[in-house]
Amino acid sequence: MKKYSVFAIAREAMRGHKGWEEQWSSPEPRKEYDVIIVGAGGHGLATAYYLATVHGITNVAVLEKGWLGGGNTGRNTTIIRSNYLYDESAGIYDHALKLWDGLSQELNYNVMYSARGVMMLAHNVHDVQVLKRHVHANRLNGIDNEWLTPEQAKEFCPPLNTSKDARYPVVGASLQRRGGTARHDAVAWGYARGASARGVHIIQNCEVTGVKRAANGAVMGVDTTRGFIGAKKVGVVAAGHSSVIMNMAGVRMPLESYPLQALVSEPVKPVVPCVVMSNTVHAYISQSDKGELVIGAGTDQYVSYSQTGGLHILQHTLDAICEMFPIFTRMKMLRSWGGIVDVTPDRSPILAKTPVPGLYVNCGWGTGGFKATPGSGHVFAHTIAKDDPHPINAPFTIERFRTGRLIDEAAAAAVAH
Amino acid sequence: MLLIRCPYCEEERPELEFRNAGEAHIARSANMAGESDDDFEKFFFIRSNPKGIIYERWRHMHGCARFFNAVRDTVTDKFVMTYKAGEPKPSKLPGVAK
Repeated sequence: MKKYSVFAIAREAMRGHKGWEEQWSSPEPRKEYDVIIVGAGGHGLATAYYLATVHGITNVAVLEKGWLGGGNTGRNTTIIRSNYLYDESAGIYDHALKLWDGLSQELNYNVMYSARGVMMLAHNVHDVQVLKRHVHANRLNGIDNEWLTPEQAKEFCPPLNTSKDARYPVVGASLQRRGGTARHDAVAWGYARGASARGVHIIQNCEVTGVKRAANGAVMGVDTTRGFIGAKKVGVVAAGHSSVIMNMAGVRMPLESYPLQALVSEPVKPVVPCVVMSNTVHAYISQSDKGELVIGAGTDQYVSYSQTGGLHILQHTLDAICEMFPIFTRMKMLRSWGGIVDVTPDRSPILAKTPVPGLYVNCGWGTGGFKATPGSGHVFAHTIAKDDPHPINAPFTIERFRTGRLIDEAAAAAVAH
Repeated sequence: MLLIRCPYCEEERPELEFRNAGEAHIARSANMAGESDDDFEKFFFIRSNPKGIIYERWRHMHGCARFFNAVRDTVTDKFVMTYKAGEPKPSKLPGVAK
């Protein structure tokens, strides 16, 4: 792997840019690997990267039915934050946030992590109580989060309508300054490049069609559209399709898959300096470095794999955006799309060993998995390499739905579901 | 937006009038306190989440307000049929190749 640097740019400028190499190779699959990761999204590629760099396991294949980073990694709204309520969630999301800081240097790839601040709005007394509770809980966990008055919120995000007669008056806000955004595609590409350079095989257009198990129940490998590929350890990181893959191994999951939509506007000059979220009216917005407003909507109410969603869901979100930011009422929206998100009953992820020996699963990130990408890959690699969870992901078992030890972010989440 | 046929109103109405109520044909135990942890988990948390034909409950919230069941393809979101609550799971589906 040739290092990217200012000298590399200068050198290639002299040579007519003929010396750039492919960022990752596309090898033919081997008959057998030490570890197979199903799904080449951010989480899967990060897992492969940390298997290689932290644990020295490089005989790894990442299988992808489509193209690399073409699922939810390329479809999310790129928001990064760690202001979750419960200790377990705070642990994993802040682990990720610490890795975001410095990820570009680690990968030698500009993931454009921008700690521009995530501001969550309170519109009524209940919101104030919930968000203040989050502020206090976060600070006890060593996570930065602070309370803003409406005036301070307006100062932090000038286009916000904070007038008293607004339909959704802003009565306060919480602000995590370390939160922000990153370039989602670059995260997948950077991890893919780093993993590939260390010998990991990234095999695209290779759909897993079955999971083979030995007589003793342990995993032997996977059937794919490119034939059988053996492995004693298989990690399933397939987002909305995780339950489909797990069913192939005979494991039924506490998951349901829903379409989640987002949309972007035409690009404009910098106008939204931070990320703004409102749970109550269900809208969140930020501005990409290209200048597009990036707006996230909610999920549809029914199980679907259609990667599309109802127009009324987008309309509902845009109604809220236009109320909070009247200056955007005449902006044109450019594109909208849907991704399929796998949601657990307690809205917390599952990163764990499974009842099947050699089969591991990293799923259930629901509507907010992008922010966790580095941390999720880091602890999932540990879980696979050691056959034992990292202390950070130890609470995120499948068994919690039997024991009742849920991580119930759903009831008190700062996140828009 | 989906158009959903309510089997009670016998009319196709826009999705906004309905609430999805999750997977259908999951029977609640008559003796909930006697359920084992495993069985309770299956009843309460585990879902089939199929990529393809799903049997699901809907409620005509802003219409007749009654629950009914539907068969839908989760890839195309097309409804195969709807039927009244309490009717058995249809064994043959019209227009679906097995």
